Amino acid sequence: MKILVAIKRVIDYNVQIRVKEDGSGVVTDNVKMSTNPPDDNAIEEAVKIKEAGKAKEIVAITIGEEKAQETVRKALAVGADRGIHVKVDNVIEPLAVSKILKKIVEKENPDLVFMGKQAIDDDCNQTGQMLAALLNWPQATFASKIEVKDNALEVTREIDEGLETIEVNVPAIVTCDLRLNEPRYASLPNIMKAKKKPIEQINASDLGVDINPRIEQIKVEEPPKRKAGIKVASVEELVQKLKNEAKVI
Amino acid sequence: MSVLLIAEHNNKEVRPFTYNAITAASQINEDLHVLVLGHQADDVAKSLSEVPNVKKVIHVDNEIYENYIAENYTAAIIKHAESYSHIVSSANTFGKNLMPRIAALLDTSQVSDIIKVISEDTFLRPIYAGNAFATVKSNDKKKCVTIRPTSFDPADKSGGSAEITKSDPAEASSSTKFLKKEEVKSDRPELGTARIVISGGRGMQNGENFKLISDIADKLNAAIGASRAAVDAGYITNDHQVGQTGKVVVPDLYIAVGISGAIQHLAGMKESKVIVAINKDGEAPIFSVADYGLEADLFEALPQFLSELNKLNTIQK
Repeated sequence: MKILVAIKRVIDYNVQIRVKEDGSGVVTDNVKMSTNPPDDNAIEEAVKIKEAGKAKEIVAITIGEEKAQETVRKALAVGADRGIHVKVDNVIEPLAVSKILKKIVEKENPDLVFMGKQAIDDDCNQTGQMLAALLNWPQATFASKIEVKDNALEVTREIDEGLETIEVNVPAIVTCDLRLNEPRYASLPNIMKAKKKPIEQINASDLGVDINPRIEQIKVEEPPKRKAGIKVASVEELVQKLKNEAKVI
Repeated sequence: MSVLLIAEHNNKEVRPFTYNAITAASQINEDLHVLVLGHQADDVAKSLSEVPNVKKVIHVDNEIYENYIAENYTAAIIKHAESYSHIVSSANTFGKNLMPRIAALLDTSQVSDIIKVISEDTFLRPIYAGNAFATVKSNDKKKCVTIRPTSFDPADKSGGSAEITKSDPAEASSSTKFLKKEEVKSDRPELGTARIVISGGRGMQNGENFKLISDIADKLNAAIGASRAAVDAGYITNDHQVGQTGKVVVPDLYIAVGISGAIQHLAGMKESKVIVAINKDGEAPIFSVADYGLEADLFEALPQFLSELNKLNTIQK
């Protein structure tokens, strides 16, 4: 099997987000960037499947500006075999991302496409499902367990009520939850080796898909701040405040 | 043009967030139709027809809709999409799984997880785990929107009498099969709609210690939540997780116990009306959003909290 793993470069999850004063977005200059966390789970799962002898090749793909290549390089260091970087100049919407990915899937013919269930920047949670629709492939979203069977996957999904298990025929799209596995760190020798692995660069404009925005971002603002509360000295005081001041119990 | 809302239900009852989504949907356009895809879900269609905000219920009954197979649902929804300007659902795992599949087939850029309807095409939505709010305008002809249920009050459930029309199923997918659902049964209120939520984090140290939380939850008729750290560590099941990648809750009272307050957790609870934090680390970020902070060892504080509650004559239910 061949697995394509789609990854996104986002502001690191530990960074305190700052909104630009002109309301045009959030500050990204000189801010630490990393791989979108559940995309790390997607890479890890692909590597585990390959290590188990059930996949032959892992291709890591990212779509973004020049620096987005760093995320592909990181994926190569933990076990992806080669990389693809589709260059775009601006932020594009999940629909456009899925159209680009469809073109790449048609070229690469993977059996599986893995990616994180949502990106922690725009929090859209759309790309995997959209790609599945465009390819008319089955989708298994929010995966917390994947079992590879003959020409099918058994996937346990995290849903609001608990867990759901479905079986999807290959080819399929899987979007990964943070609990799917524990992503490994790249070892220094593997980081060095990854520098020699190939990354193919493609210009999005050469793919012939419409990636123009459909959604206008009118403004980005700070959410309303909570006003600071108080510290209570004891449990008795806490219960009295909840009963008599906040009147919630 | 009208709005089509996709109902979430278990074939017997409407799932509660559908009512919150109805409120938002009817703010987009009053001509709101609800699509019920299910198996022997007549009671669901009937309940929804009694919601005053609902103008029409379309009911498709077939065994292929017994479980939420997004592929099967999508095919049925696409059949009806032409007559509508907006297709909407709640932004929980049901709608998150389903809506993008519909949007892509309609060649529409979806607007996810809205918290306010500004106009028919303009919405407010949180980004970066709620650390910024974006006002976005959709320029697609047909709009696909998911609604953060806790940002809208549930619609009234009775007094209406919308027409129920039956419609035929679409083709079923042969490439996806439902195997099983492990639902966590509980007599407690649902986490998403509970008036009081008490959550535990890594500070609980193990799953057994969650009994200290469940004893208080029983007393307050509260739902039990957890941080991602507690779920990852196996103290409690995933359906309890509150946060950016879990559930968003907006109770009247949220009690965070042994939770440090990473931004990813705050994203799921900081809109709560009253927040209490119990943590032995006085510098924990959770205190910056708490109305009442108690710097204490939770293993001493929780039993005391229960005994203080037991001393009260009445507790609001």
